Amino acid sequence: MANKLYPDAATALDGLLFDGMTIMSGGFGLCGIPENLIAALRDSGVKGITAISNNAGVDGFGLGLLLETRQIAKMISSYVGENKEFERQYLAGELQLEFNPQGTLAERIRAGGAGIPGFYTKTGVGTLVAEGKEHKEFGGETYILETGLVADVSIVKAWKADPHGNLIFRKTARNFNPMMATAGKVTVAEVEELVPAGSLDPDQIHTPGIFVQRLFVGRDYEKRIEQRTVRQRETA
Amino acid sequence: MMWTRDSQAARAARELQDGFYVNLGIGMPTLVANFIPEGVDVTLQSENGMLGMGPFPFAGEEDADLINAGKQTITELDRTSYFSSADSFAMIRGGHVDLSILGAMEVADNGDIANWMIPGKMVKGMGGAMDLVAGVKKIIVLMEHNAKDSSAKFKRACTLPLTGKGVVDMVISDLAVLARPAKGAPFRLIELAPGVDLDTLRMRTEGHFEA
Repeated sequence: MANKLYPDAATALDGLLFDGMTIMSGGFGLCGIPENLIAALRDSGVKGITAISNNAGVDGFGLGLLLETRQIAKMISSYVGENKEFERQYLAGELQLEFNPQGTLAERIRAGGAGIPGFYTKTGVGTLVAEGKEHKEFGGETYILETGLVADVSIVKAWKADPHGNLIFRKTARNFNPMMATAGKVTVAEVEELVPAGSLDPDQIHTPGIFVQRLFVGRDYEKRIEQRTVRQRETA
Repeated sequence: MMWTRDSQAARAARELQDGFYVNLGIGMPTLVANFIPEGVDVTLQSENGMLGMGPFPFAGEEDADLINAGKQTITELDRTSYFSSADSFAMIRGGHVDLSILGAMEVADNGDIANWMIPGKMVKGMGGAMDLVAGVKKIIVLMEHNAKDSSAKFKRACTLPLTGKGVVDMVISDLAVLARPAKGAPFRLIELAPGVDLDTLRMRTEGHFEA
């Protein structure tokens, strides 16, 4: 069996990075982001990245780390509202931005990973998103053509993995990670826990190992919460 | 007298039907969850990958891996399932979600909605809003009837970049409920907030509606 196991993020990215590359990065907000791999990308100094990610992190964390160091040239995202440095760079013309509706983004990545170059969707018809795109009628309704997305490298975060690269995600930390794992020419996964081969229930695996080329156990997870909301216990 | 945000949310909750799968937008629509009528069972969908969203956790029980689309910590229920963003939007775009309640900056009397961008100012992005208005069976907008500069938000035509064309079924503002029986039909006044009369509503509305 090919060895997919690496000791850490920097080693797992070794030989994969080049200036101007396209990187998909999993997560929704700060939930389920590959914290170790983002830090290693920052330390690598790779520049001119096109980053495909639903969000842009926050100032000083998540993809915000790579915005601070100006390593990202272009973002393809659905929502970037939590990041002031992003706003500054975008308004100053230093950063390109392509907004995709969240479902279109998810489906473009799913399609890319499945070898589907394009698909038609109703989402965005009659809006800025539809400008310049092919329109086509199906059953009397108008749809627009969206294209599949692939990346040079996908970086994803899972909860558990086995040495074959089979992945299990936890709760809403799954989000974009499974599709991105399919759409990277090389997919690097960081996980909280590595378990022996045979100890994951094959019926419960979310991402089969064929989609994962490199794997390591991450460390020092912060797992920051953006909006800590709680309710009061009713007291008797 | 006008409806408060809570009264608006409670009025919107009366549109919930037993067995509905519902997606609530960020902000005022989130309040609707507090007013689900007795005996009406609805399942809340969160577009970041969860069906069967529970209430906020008790202090100390927050889980960083368990958030809603507004990035708030939440809890699961005995019916909960988790899935990827692609599966989440298969539910939304595939027409499996019965109702979406969302906010808006403008709604036009042809059902157009604008809620994601103000040109020249920072653009935060549309998130899942364009998918929701395009794919969910029924779209209810919860908004103030007038903007801070008192301009009408229910308009002849939207001036801001659209989120969707001809998609809104019902508007619940702090003054009134306007709705239409089908996409393409004109909006009609369904209900006035207590103390609001038709003349006031007309004065504060730009878009056409049938009284």
